[in-house]
Amino acid sequence: MPTRAFTSGVQTVERALVVDPGQRVPGRAAGFPLRREGPAKLTGAAKYTDDLVFPGAWHGITIRSTEAHAKLVAIELDPDVDWSKVVVATAADIPGDNVVASIKDDQPVLVPVGGVIRHHAEPVALLAAPDKETLRRLKGRIRLVTEPLPPVFDPEQSDHVFAKYEVTTGDLALGFAGADLIVEGTYRVGHQEQLYIENNAMIAVPGDDGGIVIHGSLQCPYYVHKALKRALRLTHVQARVIAEETGGGFGGKEEYPSMIALHASLLALKAKRPVRMIYERHEDISATTKRHPAIVRHRSGVTKDGVLVAQDVEVIMDGGAYCTLSPVVLSRGLLHAGGPYRCPNVRLRACATRTNTPPNGAFRGFGAPQTEFAAEMQLNRIAERLEMSPAELRRRNVYRLNDTTPTGQVLRESVAAEEVLEQALGASHFERIRERTARESAERGGSGTIPPGPLRSGDRRVANGIGLALGWHGAGFTGSGEVYIGSIASVELTADGRIRVLTANTEMGQGTKTVFPQMVAAELGVPSDWVEYAPQDTAEVPDSGPTVASRTVMVVGGLVIRAARRLKAAVEERNPGVPFHEAFRDDAKANGATRIDQKFEAYPGVVFDDATYVGDAYPAYGWAAAVASVEVDLDTAEVTVRDVIAVDDVGKVIHPVLCEGQVEGGTLQAVGYATLEEMKVRDGRYLNDRLATYLIPTAMDAPHIRTILVEAPFSGAPHGAKGVGELPMDVAAPAVIAAIHDATGVWIHDLPATPERILAAMHGDRGAPAA
Amino acid sequence: MSAYRFLVNGAPAQVDVPGMRRLLDVLRDDLGLTGTKEGCGEGECGACSVLLDGQVVDACLVPVCQVEGRIVRTVEGLSLAARERGSLDTLQEAFLEHGAAQCGICTPGMLMAARAYLDAGGGPDDESIREAIAGNLCRCTGYTKIVDAIVAVATPLE
Repeated sequence: MPTRAFTSGVQTVERALVVDPGQRVPGRAAGFPLRREGPAKLTGAAKYTDDLVFPGAWHGITIRSTEAHAKLVAIELDPDVDWSKVVVATAADIPGDNVVASIKDDQPVLVPVGGVIRHHAEPVALLAAPDKETLRRLKGRIRLVTEPLPPVFDPEQSDHVFAKYEVTTGDLALGFAGADLIVEGTYRVGHQEQLYIENNAMIAVPGDDGGIVIHGSLQCPYYVHKALKRALRLTHVQARVIAEETGGGFGGKEEYPSMIALHASLLALKAKRPVRMIYERHEDISATTKRHPAIVRHRSGVTKDGVLVAQDVEVIMDGGAYCTLSPVVLSRGLLHAGGPYRCPNVRLRACATRTNTPPNGAFRGFGAPQTEFAAEMQLNRIAERLEMSPAELRRRNVYRLNDTTPTGQVLRESVAAEEVLEQALGASHFERIRERTARESAERGGSGTIPPGPLRSGDRRVANGIGLALGWHGAGFTGSGEVYIGSIASVELTADGRIRVLTANTEMGQGTKTVFPQMVAAELGVPSDWVEYAPQDTAEVPDSGPTVASRTVMVVGGLVIRAARRLKAAVEERNPGVPFHEAFRDDAKANGATRIDQKFEAYPGVVFDDATYVGDAYPAYGWAAAVASVEVDLDTAEVTVRDVIAVDDVGKVIHPVLCEGQVEGGTLQAVGYATLEEMKVRDGRYLNDRLATYLIPTAMDAPHIRTILVEAPFSGAPHGAKGVGELPMDVAAPAVIAAIHDATGVWIHDLPATPERILAAMHGDRGAPAA
Repeated sequence: MSAYRFLVNGAPAQVDVPGMRRLLDVLRDDLGLTGTKEGCGEGECGACSVLLDGQVVDACLVPVCQVEGRIVRTVEGLSLAARERGSLDTLQEAFLEHGAAQCGICTPGMLMAARAYLDAGGGPDDESIREAIAGNLCRCTGYTKIVDAIVAVATPLE
């Protein structure tokens, strides 16, 4: 179903294709390979880390600080305990550098005596024993002697800056001078927990060579590998990391597994036996990384016709106690902070600071959901002030082909912002429903018994609302990230005639194990199940970079396709006139193995200056729109998100079922972010650090999600794919908040929109400072 | 310690363990049935859902002393008959076909909750299905394809 071409400035946008649901039975895999590891997962045969048995293995736990900021004076072991039956490890046992290798080397593996504790869940010592009961008994017999230091909990009061950026274009003063309306707003978002259902889990097995083999639940085998080499002083071969079946990651298993692997390894080396470190949910929530809380301040100037002429945005992120990935999270947040809108005069400023709370890190969207929520709130509030439809305001400002972003990037191709917007508006009957909800709201308005606000009249206790948001997501790593990493992916024809794909990219539910063989099979002209996917074991696969940033299909998939093409050419050249699928088995017999290693090369014409933040911040962008329909109970302010229409341009759909699965899952995580998921923090400690108190949506809380996939291919990738994982996370939250406003007339500036916040806003307390 | 006897997936099992040991640990550690997963250990996530005399329970909340003489069914037993033929049962097939399993960690529990719903005569009604699996958290799918898969199985064949 090709759709109409949009005219944009002087040129016609290349035709974006909407994936035709009529090509297949909706929601079903017909014609596409079934999830490769699906049968194992469905029968209970799939082995996750905690399912693995290592005879003689001990269990390990972490002794953590209970203070947010303190000097560690001593670690005291109770003299009444016979410690010879167990193993205790401290910083003194670390053979190499006491750092968890990351962007900055500021986070210790364990706080050394004399060192500084920087958050209440900070690892200080480790304990291993043959059984869990002994661990429980002895845990409290290790005492930390500390001297308290003054903590900092407010990121705006912190004097320690992890990263700071500024992007400017045009003349801000001139822009505001030409504006008919200036709208200001401050928006706040809190921590969000990834809440993969499989807790962090790591097993360390000491090797005969003095090395360590790690079996773990993790996203990035080579991140863990690097951390092991550094802190344990191991060679490339002595450190070996195997990603086992991983029960969800969402960014939460990007960098923290390095820490856990080091802990398990220290105990395993000292105990001279395998050690299992399997987190319980409470520890996983209280200690591991979260989505960064952020404060986003906007000042926007528009003409009376709704044309954006000035944007001044300030982003402050709370990095927590250590740097982890904050500079890159902040960078992505900054680069998306203006939203997918053209504006001639822009200043974007962003800063991430240190507080005495557990470190924040990667979570699907990686800084963009925070700033795009604010950008969309701002757009929707401007539309209200102009008495213009939020759809129309977007039409007038949305990026089109050849528009320029604040970093000076000219959007030369693959711009489908208008397309996703119009698809979402059409599929949701947005304007028609908006008229109806406005009518309902007006009818309610006249009869209110508790002024002010849209309070219920008669028996109409429930108000309906509809809301729109538009977003973009830079595809792959920011800036020169891919060039810097220089990933390698391989396709191999083995000597015994098997075809194997070798990458370090892990399966955590997104479908890597299915789509990589699918893509290679398509290139080679063989059935998908003839292609094997090698295990994510650093002893076997090359470093194709981390499984993050929605880069797996786009970047690594591109490498895999190119490698497959080269393999096909090599085999067919040796066997003139015989197609690969007929030739490869005999070719392997005759010539032995053929392995093609494909290294990343910079996308043509994509240039970014990391020092000045000028140029192509991303090689391409994915575009997304969401329309949410809600019901709000006007007595209790309970919100039911009824439906979400999610329209996502992913460049190229490789596997419709898996792709839709990404959109549906990301959309629900965003709905949870908007309505339910709130980490309460007091004195640097999470109060609701259990699954009984940190709530995520159940099947009954989940809206009906309808996915529409759009394809505006990226020419730099051989398949045109731009990634899908994070894109849907950027838009559903602001769409839900806009729908709540449509139903109630109040804006909720701080996520999540809990009933308490909505009621407070309906009774005149706006909850957050706003213009 | 005392001996507890019960049926697991149609076969007799006997364990000599403390009576308050969690059924979850008995299944995973003593009987080697690791298909049943632990997600929270406090009855919130449903990853450890098994059927006890046909009722869905969280195996992390059931002490083994309560299982004496009863019938336990886990994900490993879901397709015993089907697996002898080298395939999945209709519910597992539907999950596979619809893309209802992503990371797979909630899948065993989700399948058991769905199985209990279907065995109790549950129909293809969206609301009822969502209610039946409301005790089973999934963070990957948004539940859409899980509900689709159960609807497909619950829909009577023409």
